[in-house]
Amino acid sequence: MPVTENWKPTIVAFCCNWCSYAGADLAGSSRLAYPADVKIIKVPCSCRVNPMFILRAFEKGADGVILCGCHPGDCHYSTGNYYARRRMTLLFSMLDYLGVEDGRTRVEWVSAAEGVKFSETMNSFVEKVRGLGPNVRLGDLRCRN
Amino acid sequence: MRRIGVFVCHCGSNIAATVDVKKVVEMALLEQGVVHAEDYPYMCSEAGQSHIAEAIREKQLDGIVVCSCSPRMHEATFRKCAEKNGLNPYLVEIANIREHCSWIHKDMQEATEKAVILMRAAVAKVHLNAPLKAGESAVTKRALVIGGGIAGIQTALDIADAGYHVDIVEKEPSIGGRMSQLDKTFPTLDCSACILTPKMVEAASHENITIHTWSEVEKVSGFVGNFTVDIRKKARYVNMDKCTGCGICQEKCPSKKPLNEFNRGLNNRSAIYTPFAQAIPNVPVIDAAACIKLKTGKCGICEKFCQAGAIDYAQTDEIITQQYGAIVVATGFDTIKLDKYGEYAYGESKDVITSLELERIMNAAGPTKGHLERLSDGKAPKEIVFIQCVGSRCSDDRGKPYCSKICCMYTAKHAMLIRDKYPDTNVTVFYIDVRTPGKNFDEFYRRAVEDYGVNYVKGQVGKVAPQSDGSLLVHGVDLLENKQILKKADMVVLATAIEPNSDVRKIATMLTASIDTNNFLTEAHPKLRPVESPTAGVFLSGVCQGPKDIPETVAQAGAAAVKVIGLLAKDKLKTNPCTAKADELRCNGCSQCAGVCPYGAISYETRQVNDHGIREDRRIAVVNSALCQGCGACTVTCPSGAMDLQGFSNRQIIAEVDAICR
Amino acid sequence: MQELMERAKELLASGEVARVLGWKKGENDWDVEPRFFESVDSLQDFVYDGFCGANLSKYMIEAGKKEGKTLVFLKPCDSYSYNQLLREHRVDREKAYIIGVGCKGKLSISKIPFDGIVSVQGASYPDVSENLTVQTLYGTQTVAYKDAMLERCHVCKGKEHVVYDELLGESTDTVDADRFAEVQRIEAMSPEEKFAFFQKELSKCIRCNACRNVCPACSCRKCVFDSTAFNSDQKANTTSFEEKMFHIIRAFHVAGRCTDCGECSRVCPQGIPLHLFNRKFIKDINNLYGAYQAGSDLETKAPLTNFTLDDAEPGVGRG
Repeated sequence: MPVTENWKPTIVAFCCNWCSYAGADLAGSSRLAYPADVKIIKVPCSCRVNPMFILRAFEKGADGVILCGCHPGDCHYSTGNYYARRRMTLLFSMLDYLGVEDGRTRVEWVSAAEGVKFSETMNSFVEKVRGLGPNVRLGDLRCRN
Repeated sequence: MRRIGVFVCHCGSNIAATVDVKKVVEMALLEQGVVHAEDYPYMCSEAGQSHIAEAIREKQLDGIVVCSCSPRMHEATFRKCAEKNGLNPYLVEIANIREHCSWIHKDMQEATEKAVILMRAAVAKVHLNAPLKAGESAVTKRALVIGGGIAGIQTALDIADAGYHVDIVEKEPSIGGRMSQLDKTFPTLDCSACILTPKMVEAASHENITIHTWSEVEKVSGFVGNFTVDIRKKARYVNMDKCTGCGICQEKCPSKKPLNEFNRGLNNRSAIYTPFAQAIPNVPVIDAAACIKLKTGKCGICEKFCQAGAIDYAQTDEIITQQYGAIVVATGFDTIKLDKYGEYAYGESKDVITSLELERIMNAAGPTKGHLERLSDGKAPKEIVFIQCVGSRCSDDRGKPYCSKICCMYTAKHAMLIRDKYPDTNVTVFYIDVRTPGKNFDEFYRRAVEDYGVNYVKGQVGKVAPQSDGSLLVHGVDLLENKQILKKADMVVLATAIEPNSDVRKIATMLTASIDTNNFLTEAHPKLRPVESPTAGVFLSGVCQGPKDIPETVAQAGAAAVKVIGLLAKDKLKTNPCTAKADELRCNGCSQCAGVCPYGAISYETRQVNDHGIREDRRIAVVNSALCQGCGACTVTCPSGAMDLQGFSNRQIIAEVDAICR
Repeated sequence: MQELMERAKELLASGEVARVLGWKKGENDWDVEPRFFESVDSLQDFVYDGFCGANLSKYMIEAGKKEGKTLVFLKPCDSYSYNQLLREHRVDREKAYIIGVGCKGKLSISKIPFDGIVSVQGASYPDVSENLTVQTLYGTQTVAYKDAMLERCHVCKGKEHVVYDELLGESTDTVDADRFAEVQRIEAMSPEEKFAFFQKELSKCIRCNACRNVCPACSCRKCVFDSTAFNSDQKANTTSFEEKMFHIIRAFHVAGRCTDCGECSRVCPQGIPLHLFNRKFIKDINNLYGAYQAGSDLETKAPLTNFTLDDAEPGVGRG
């Protein structure tokens, strides 16, 4: 797919209900802008995010997927983000191993008080994905016949 | 196929100014299953809700999407509205087109496109929403207050007065907290101990209050209404039942080296000690690190002199396990460490002190018996400089970005008291701003300036240089006069920033309560739910939530108590129906899910299942919905997708993903 | 082999076990297949030689549903798989009589580089130092036993059985390669080279599910890729994406559970080195969370159901 100047990436952001979704709300109420390319899906905890959701997003045309959760140690459910951290570490490592551009996936810990961090994170993530252009690698990992 | 209604809120102009709400309505009507769509200026208003009610009735809706503000604001409102009109509340989804859209985007077309996508994702999800029913759980009618300062005491008293039992856990040997260290209080200048000790006595003698001093919270499990807490009662080495509080042990104790924490380390105490005369309980503790008997086995003098036979060197820590319905955090504050502020010569000169140290010096029970004197040579200071905002309102990482709030007022208090008692002592205050928003506060500050002749200088101090003659040379600046000031002082007092008690992080982790970047506990809502933690059943009292003075702390303590009382007054709590559930036909019984459940909510049973005609006994995961809090950790551990989370099911989330990416 | 057969007959005849799970001779020397033997007579088809690579542990799930005990022969590496299944409550130890059999390395017919193979001699009492004599349509050939071994035997995790009732037969050390060398070689590639490598391999996938069916860790009653749980059922024909998703997710689902038995690669009709997915996860797990061997015991917490407070952050160290 040729990258035109007007090309806009599709970014899916999974945000945990207790910290990061609230952080996104705070970014909103503080009017801290970030690109409209980012669409947030609320999950109770970062540990709810199944790698299948992430691959599904890429399958359906997402160009970047970011997962935001409470800072380690601050999980509303005590331990959820620790499991998410291990899962995503392995998954991302696998994607790197397959040669999929590593800028398309990210995990960021954003607390309910970090509206600024949420906005900055989204700005930098979108910028990174825009730089990479449309996601084709995961789709092309197997040659289309 | 669901019959879905989409309701787009203008939120006045909050949404409508950036999102073309008519366009969102128009696009909604094109979505599969959407049989009704409308916009309205304020969906959350009674009139707005009546529109929803009407549509539910007339269009037989069985799914609702409200495109509005964050679900954290009004999800409950719209769910209630649905329920009132005969629709299961969990058939309502919110598309957050305000915080996540209109407020952050400027371009109308862009924001509208995004709002449409968010609406579609919500519609896609609501197609798969199942009607859920909240379960019930019992409430243990007992509260725990962590911290026995004025905040904790007041909260405990208010809860106890309402008829519920309260336990106070205090890590120090006595309750009383910071307030017990203060000499006088602003803006009335009444004696801190005089107003605090009656409350301490009242708490100690209250039939509904149990006080655990020299104790710490060790472990917390459970959830709102049903917390189980382990409390470590540290070995006191003194039998609390036998001790009469006569104090002879402290007098006779030969180990007098330890620094007196209560006096901020300005003098020493014995190894067996009560922190202050009015301590409650009036039972000493033995500092095991300083006790000769406990260290070497020789000594035993306190035991010899104790007529009551209360000394017990064999005592060990004890763990008490107790159930609570609610937990209040009242862990208070400390002053920050000043090791990054070398320029003020704190630690270098004994005559540079913090304001809290000054409180102890001014106090009759303090290290100088209440005489204002220099700690270096015991001389009366004639020239005192106060430096404000030491570590507060700080833009670098040496200090804190916030205003500590109490310093302007206590400095005015100190200045006034000194000028009152020692009229020949000059007092200069270097300040950035003087902040006195509070009842009778500005009047108080003006009295300090106008009636007591305190010299306020707007400007900061760059350096305090100890001189060879024992004086201190203060290098400051007067911003109003625009000039450098060199002032010779006998004593410098630093209005040191306050920060949450260092234990708060550990406690917050145990409670799964969130903490902000400055280690203050986060409120459930900064304006509307200021005394509740986002973690249900956990409440905030006092400075652990943010800097406050005594009246504010007491007010918040009362407010936290009311919230606790409101909770404990209920016999049953509705439980979150968004819990995990295993599909018995897909479950392997492999036990991986139980391994990640933080609540021990998953167990296994062998039961007969009918898998498309094949009947066999299978080991199946069973979720206790009263224990499950709905985090979803188990769902991802499950390879077969048997474990799913109600309200956030795999298919619902996939539907949202698909709608966003399509 | 004779020893195993005699012991199996004894146990069957005594009624100690109701059936025997072993390997059955096929039409050709290399066509050995897993089989339940229900009677002493049927054991005449039993075989145990260099071609008995098949890991029998997964069949014990089905055996557990049958009446009585099942005698199963497990090679050292198979015993890890069995232990992992035991840990996941998928097999019933009470209903198994496990004979740990010795292993001197197993063969892969595709590693014998001759056309028109008619028979292979020398596989019965294998020893790594010996040669195989291969009769082909075009004459007799020889190949070193070692050169015809399965990849997994070159990186064998050891000849100790982690679970058994009795042991029979000798084993030989067959390790002569670094288990993670291949993974490291790929890791060292540029993203483009990695991508090209996996694109080439995955493009061969015909989604026959052989890897899934043979894998002892892939023992779900209902695979997510066959169910409606994720809306991912029956899409293999319509979207090419699902094959990648399938292999990544399959590897993820067995991460921390895969014993690295290598069956997936052994059975892949397209010769895709599927173990490279699993082994990547194993390598990461070992590096990041400490050495872990799935199936080695029943107690150690599995890496994905465990954590430490200072675990590595996702993506740290990326370019």
